[in-house]
Amino acid sequence: MSTTNRVAQKKRRTHQTILSQEYKPIGECSTLCNCCCVSVQRSHENNAARFLWASKVASHLRISVSQRGFSSVVLKDLKYAESHEWVKTDGNKATFGITDHAQDHLGDVVYVELPDVGRSVTQGESFGAVESVKATSDINSPISGTVVEVNEGLTESPGLVNTSPYEERWIIKVELSDAGEAHKLMDSDKYSKFCEEDAKH
Amino acid sequence: MRGGSLWQLGQSITRRLAQTDKKAVSRRCFASGAADLKKTALYDFHVAHGGKMVPFAGWSMPIQYKDSIIDSTVNCRVNGSLFDVAHMCGLSLKGKDCVPFLETLVVADVAGLAPGTGSLTVFTNEKGGAIDDSVITKVTDEHIYLVVNAGCRDKDLAHIEEHMKAFKSKGGDVSWHIHDERSLLALQGPLAAPVLQHLTKEDLSKLYFGQFQILDINGSTCFLTRTGYTGEDGFEISVPSEHAVDLAKAILEKSEGKVRLTGLGARDSLRLEAGLCLYGNDMEQHITPVEAGLTWAIGKRRRAEGGFLGADVILKQLQDGPTIRRVGFFSSGPPARSHSEVHDENGDKIGEITSGGFSPNLKKNVAMGYVKSGQHKNGTKVKILVRGKPYEGNITKMPFVATKYYKPS
Repeated sequence: MSTTNRVAQKKRRTHQTILSQEYKPIGECSTLCNCCCVSVQRSHENNAARFLWASKVASHLRISVSQRGFSSVVLKDLKYAESHEWVKTDGNKATFGITDHAQDHLGDVVYVELPDVGRSVTQGESFGAVESVKATSDINSPISGTVVEVNEGLTESPGLVNTSPYEERWIIKVELSDAGEAHKLMDSDKYSKFCEEDAKH
Repeated sequence: MRGGSLWQLGQSITRRLAQTDKKAVSRRCFASGAADLKKTALYDFHVAHGGKMVPFAGWSMPIQYKDSIIDSTVNCRVNGSLFDVAHMCGLSLKGKDCVPFLETLVVADVAGLAPGTGSLTVFTNEKGGAIDDSVITKVTDEHIYLVVNAGCRDKDLAHIEEHMKAFKSKGGDVSWHIHDERSLLALQGPLAAPVLQHLTKEDLSKLYFGQFQILDINGSTCFLTRTGYTGEDGFEISVPSEHAVDLAKAILEKSEGKVRLTGLGARDSLRLEAGLCLYGNDMEQHITPVEAGLTWAIGKRRRAEGGFLGADVILKQLQDGPTIRRVGFFSSGPPARSHSEVHDENGDKIGEITSGGFSPNLKKNVAMGYVKSGQHKNGTKVKILVRGKPYEGNITKMPFVATKYYKPS
């Protein structure tokens, strides 16, 4: 069997494994992407990376489905804001990014406006912006704190926001001023439902 | 040249809504809007191909399909794109006085056009400002075919009708027919001609940029113009609406998937790269064709004789030079968008951006806008304010991406 056939067969097998998981995606896949379990609208060259990631975290996937037939990925162990940012907390530190649902709606990200390290951020208020081909969108802070690190990689490659797995798609890392604010955020179940409602319009 | 408020549209559909009350408003708007939106003959075809449908100038149009806007834009220049532009308004003017009649409303030398050739032109108002831009074609001395923007349809038709009534009351022979029975498709890119050649017996190598022909394509009588809104070689095909889906299918099949259905999002990126105006952004009621850099579209004879609305203002600008001029910009940082201020190196305001974005083919920010005459030379360093912060930029000539119009060598 040629290399191309072996790769294709492996993709099909893993694809079937993902589909057989408890959470099945409903709706059509992009014809550009072999794996239908992740959000569509990505370019060809990122298929391989996304595919591997999808199979690795398959057990954590909870799929929410929009009426357009696109799926967005919502990870279990993160918290979510109504303005579509995700938070991963680790004691008094937290990492923020924008969700798969958000990047799907934005389209190709061409620029990310990052805050300065040391700047304070407030829950619900804007600290930066994400620009797509067609629009600009504010990034709101899901929890208050002080910026300790920004993802400089996004300056060179803003498209990481569209293509990277959640963990690499982080925008800033923050030292929290009030870890209790996390209780105001949604868990993955609530956020999935929230996205389904959002997708109905 | 074509379209409408595409930028505003892009903002309204992709901006994430943070507040619940904003969401409630958008829900209401969508609920009432969806029922009133017009659909082209290809609506179901778009949906079946994964088209993301959005409201545009009163129509439900595809902003993109399954591929991203960036991929789609690049594909047009590498292979080709098929656009549904049936929302635009095509009409025919007929009668032995249709040429002198149209000349009262546009800046083109219509009488000087050879039969079967056309040009971009501007409908002007009394102040010399642009009512709309349009591609007009003299089919014969007694038949002119023209296409106007979807967003300006009602305005343009009312304007033409009002002047036609006055013209006829003085004994002029002119009538019109609005081609609502036809759909306009645009086929653009390097594969446009080879693919279309499979569907017609006429030799397309003899049809040059700006030329027009009525011919059989895929079994139906079509109006074919070698023109477009991307800077690439390509065609606009006016096909009877009942054959539009078949023609679209045939084009996609003959290209073996290389020519892709392409939405309005990529169309806007392509025209921006080609340095073409978008009416509503880069051209408006208060901007003259001279200010917009379209002096070449004002026929030589017309510059001497006038005879169109606002001629006195325009002729004076041709003599003295306009006070503002449309120019192109490169910039660093976030893409410059419509209404961003342009400052000189000292921080004084010298102009404003009217269209801008990220160029998928050049992989850099491009924009166009107006600056004070005197500050408009290529290479002039500027600062563009985006969200209150200044970013380095410079004025550059357009088109940003070289055009590939099919002209005789």
